[in-house]
Amino acid sequence: MALDKAEVAHIAALARIRLDESELEPLAAQLTRILGWIEQLAEVDTADVAPMTSVAAAGLPMREDAVSDGGRRDAILGNAPRSAPEGPARGFFAVPKVVE
Amino acid sequence: MSALAALTGLTGLTLAEARAGLRARRFSAHELAAAYIAAMEQARPLNAYITETPERALEMAAAADRRIAKGEGRPLDGIPIAVKDLFCTAGTLTTAASHILDGFTPPYEATVTEKLWEAGAVLLGKTNLDEFAMGSSTTTSFYGPTENPWRRAGDNRPLAPGGSSGGSAAAVAAHAALGATGTDTGGSIRQPASFCGIVGLKPTYGRCSRWGVVAYASSLDHPGPLARSVRDAAILLGAMAGHDPKDSTSAPLPVPDYEAALGGGIKGLRVGIPREYRAPGMPAEIEALWQEGARWLREAGAEPVDVSLKLSRYALPAYYIIAPAEASSNLARYDGVRFGLRVPGDSLDDMYELTRAQGFGAEVKRRVLIGTYVLSAGYYDAYYLKAQKVRALIARDFTAAFERVDCLLTPTAPSAAFAIGDHSDDPIAMYLNDVFTIPANLAGLPAISVPAGLSADGLPLGLQVIGRAFDEATVLRVGEAIERAAHFTHRPSFIAGMGQ
Repeated sequence: MALDKAEVAHIAALARIRLDESELEPLAAQLTRILGWIEQLAEVDTADVAPMTSVAAAGLPMREDAVSDGGRRDAILGNAPRSAPEGPARGFFAVPKVVE
Repeated sequence: MSALAALTGLTGLTLAEARAGLRARRFSAHELAAAYIAAMEQARPLNAYITETPERALEMAAAADRRIAKGEGRPLDGIPIAVKDLFCTAGTLTTAASHILDGFTPPYEATVTEKLWEAGAVLLGKTNLDEFAMGSSTTTSFYGPTENPWRRAGDNRPLAPGGSSGGSAAAVAAHAALGATGTDTGGSIRQPASFCGIVGLKPTYGRCSRWGVVAYASSLDHPGPLARSVRDAAILLGAMAGHDPKDSTSAPLPVPDYEAALGGGIKGLRVGIPREYRAPGMPAEIEALWQEGARWLREAGAEPVDVSLKLSRYALPAYYIIAPAEASSNLARYDGVRFGLRVPGDSLDDMYELTRAQGFGAEVKRRVLIGTYVLSAGYYDAYYLKAQKVRALIARDFTAAFERVDCLLTPTAPSAAFAIGDHSDDPIAMYLNDVFTIPANLAGLPAISVPAGLSADGLPLGLQVIGRAFDEATVLRVGEAIERAAHFTHRPSFIAGMGQ
């Protein structure tokens, strides 16, 4: 599977990573080579094999459906690059305007 | 005291020896911490630490001294350790060696480090790693590469310590920490341990909680210890292991006394030698060391058995689908909104894209892009599902082998330490470093690397023992047998406090 520049640009947009035009060609070559090497997996017969998602014992543990943590707004906001210190937006993460 | 201890004072002791000295009050936790703080400063040219925490270390040591004085000493009271900078430490900068986590100071503590502090251990600082633990060299860190304290005989070029837990491995090997935590997703504890001539243990998946550890590939990430002896690794694992309700994959099993499992010998154990690990192009000296390891175990009363792990060669390509896929999902959280770096943009999407473009390094971007691709519409079945099926078959191979043997013996890595900068332009050559370690991650099995000999140019080489799930005790016992037979007393070119 060979990736071209347009496909790399598409994947990068899905991954929300801005790439310069000059980065596309070398990345396309690198990713093509890595994917080509990965494709040796096609040699393995996996008919009737169930995919393995985790080695942990099957089934997630259950717990009581009750609040076990919380009330830590200031600690959570403490690392935010921007949050409103006061006013009606206090207690929120601040981001560029998303609605007109 | 060992000969080395006489040469370097308190920092020459093993963890077990230091623990005995503290309990007998031959020296105080304060004295031991002060000696290690000085060692950490002397080791700065290695760039093993991203953040040093000497004040915190002295406070923790003082608390340990107070407990010891009252006869209330805890298992690791006063033991100075380093923590890979992938573990969240409350109130102390945590970077994952990435620009994108600039200034991140967690308000909470990882379960594994919390357990270590409860046991009385002392935090010296946070160690360097490949960015987000993605690498085998500790050269992709935003904070610059770590240097291996070893040099080739007659060649002064700096070498990579392996990775991704290369800062932890270098600090322990250089006696700038008594032990350290690491994480191992594809070999990131064992390969740097092999490259730096120390012991590294990846426990069973679920044995040590992942809570509070910055996630790379959640189904493959394993926290574990690095130390200068098998006994020291057993002591650290005992403090780090245990069920944690905050990690839904944490195993609700009691933790055995790993130290008590040592000393028992390995008479009658069946040790599998997987023939597929005899990879074409493997250096003759590594093949020879592997055979010597099998001979040591036979002489100690174990029985080497030829076994087959047919799909071993597919572990690496399967890993390079599964790990990037999980990484692309885990790393979606770094968006400039809640923590770390934000690069302003005209719109929200602009901000996301610019932040991630500047915040992630080249290897992280490569893996996020591969992961995004293999999970994207139309490719999911061909890549991701296929890799998960191959993973199931690899795990099945191990299960079949463990019906015949008690553990497996393999080399840890296909080479000794390489120069800083080697393989940096060839991702696949770098990935091949983990060819012997990745299968145990896919299957979640416990595995240890023990220094066993030197390469022709004077660098350490490790042997790996892989065990059954949750049977770290056997892995440690066999590791101890190798340690005893190998009698590895070689020293790196740089040891803190000894000069060059």
